[in-house]
Amino acid sequence: MNDRSNGKSIRGKVHKYDRDNIDTDVIIPGPYLKIHDHKELAKHAMEGIDPSFPEKVSQGDFLVAGSNFGCGSSREHAPIALSQAGIKAILAQSFARIFYRNAVDGGYLLPIEIDKSTVNKISNGDELEIDISKNEITNITKKEHYFMRPFPELIAKIVEAGGLINYRPDI
Amino acid sequence: MTITEKILARASGKQKLSPGDVMFAKVDRVMLHDVSGPGVIKVFSEWEKKRGLKLNQIWDPDRVWVTEDHFVPSADRISAENITSLSNFTKQYGINKHFKYGLGQYGICHTLSHEEAMVLPGEVYVGGDSHTNTTGAIGAFAAGLGHTDIAYVLMNGRIWFKVPETMLFKIDGIKPDHIMAKDIILKIIGDIGTDGANYKAMQFVGSIIKDLPMEERLTLTNMTTEAGAKNGIIEPDETTYAYLGERTDAKYFPVHSDLDAQYSEVYTYEIEKLEPTVAKPFSPGNISAARELQGTELDKAYIGSCTGAKLEDLRAAAQILKDKKVKIRTEVLPAAQSIYMKALKEGLINIFMQAGALVGPPTCGACCGAHMGVLGKDEVCISTTNRNFPGRMGHVESKTYLASPIVVAASAVTGKITDPRDVRI
Repeated sequence: MNDRSNGKSIRGKVHKYDRDNIDTDVIIPGPYLKIHDHKELAKHAMEGIDPSFPEKVSQGDFLVAGSNFGCGSSREHAPIALSQAGIKAILAQSFARIFYRNAVDGGYLLPIEIDKSTVNKISNGDELEIDISKNEITNITKKEHYFMRPFPELIAKIVEAGGLINYRPDI
Repeated sequence: MTITEKILARASGKQKLSPGDVMFAKVDRVMLHDVSGPGVIKVFSEWEKKRGLKLNQIWDPDRVWVTEDHFVPSADRISAENITSLSNFTKQYGINKHFKYGLGQYGICHTLSHEEAMVLPGEVYVGGDSHTNTTGAIGAFAAGLGHTDIAYVLMNGRIWFKVPETMLFKIDGIKPDHIMAKDIILKIIGDIGTDGANYKAMQFVGSIIKDLPMEERLTLTNMTTEAGAKNGIIEPDETTYAYLGERTDAKYFPVHSDLDAQYSEVYTYEIEKLEPTVAKPFSPGNISAARELQGTELDKAYIGSCTGAKLEDLRAAAQILKDKKVKIRTEVLPAAQSIYMKALKEGLINIFMQAGALVGPPTCGACCGAHMGVLGKDEVCISTTNRNFPGRMGHVESKTYLASPIVVAASAVTGKITDPRDVRI
């Protein structure tokens, strides 16, 4: 948990990449798949799109993007690199399935689904506060409020447990 | 229920399941490799550190199998260390099915899964790789997972799934010689988009599927991943049973869709209308007919990977390359040792080498930009692989066109993107 978290609400600055289909090969390119040191992976987060990304991000920041975020490979290196670079949540119109479950089951970061119109309203550099208990997003910079799609029941429980390994299933 | 729903229902001990239901499924088979394996090992050691106790055994070592494929033969010191830690891991937990390079049969995980009959019809199979979907062609539920999920399966023997809706793809007609399964799946991804099947199952039926050899069916399911699908699946039939019969004596319990199964969408394709198809940079969904790209200059041709270096793929490429010379750098990397040996026996390797192509060892290699022929800045490649995202095969400013083995072979002969009908065999 980052320093700016307050109960269930988290606060951070937006890094917006306004495009669909941001794939795992640009999030963490293939040659780095042999690396398993999380801090080393963070140095190459988003290298295929923006090599300066790791320098721009502060601990607890958010990434905003379009649809099908994280499509492609099952490499868990992708959510690890982003989370180690400082990203606490990704707000996107939709997520590729393996990226989504890796983010949640590994307990790395929150994949938050928002409408396309919400993606459009958020700008690069905006300060957001996200309250996942209320499914509410506040844009502090623009003084606007948005809704996030609620987590399905099981996902909410795994998020609460901090990842699948710590989760005790009751079904 | 569909075949996917029925397999998941059995695995979760439920009489009936519907799309959207969330459940924990008992896993029959699990696979990890030299990229996902070290991640699993890390999760294990963190789990031990946190709880202060040793994880002495895993759920069922006989249901686990391990491959070395992405960075082998070891590309460098780090890859070599990953291979060593994988070997230590399988030894520690008594996992006997570890396919080691340079030690008999080895190859790409999604090829060994069928070549060695590691997964059987009706089973739930998960692997630490997105193209695990491939193995659904034998009538199993096969889905890719990350390494935390794989570690969880190794500890508990089960994993959560949301039951997917099933999209049905009906492929009918009479298959022309210049069309391969690769053209069909590229056309489908072009039509539905790279997120067109997100979270869903893609099931293939129809007269063409019935006539397709096993390995060609595997090309279809392999690339369901590129449409975002949770799994790709084909109901088992005589072709499946004959293929498995040559490889295993193991008993299995085939599952088929009910007659009243519900599909979220039904797509119909008449195969005569299909053109040899190419996916342009930088998306498998960015398709054109090969003829529309005729004349596009190339630097390299790559025949490799789980998608495009099975025996049928090599046969198809060799048919074009026989008594010809390649005009651009051409690499052929059979997907498994056993396939390499069969290709050798059939004279295919001789054809490739006479044509001037390089023949390399089984490996994921340059398909994922790992090693053995990665692309430099501005290099343009035509490839039988499954992805062409920016930087996928090397430099972020290189370009990859995806196509069937015959389109790639025809293009290797001319040095430009070429429809196989335009090269005289």
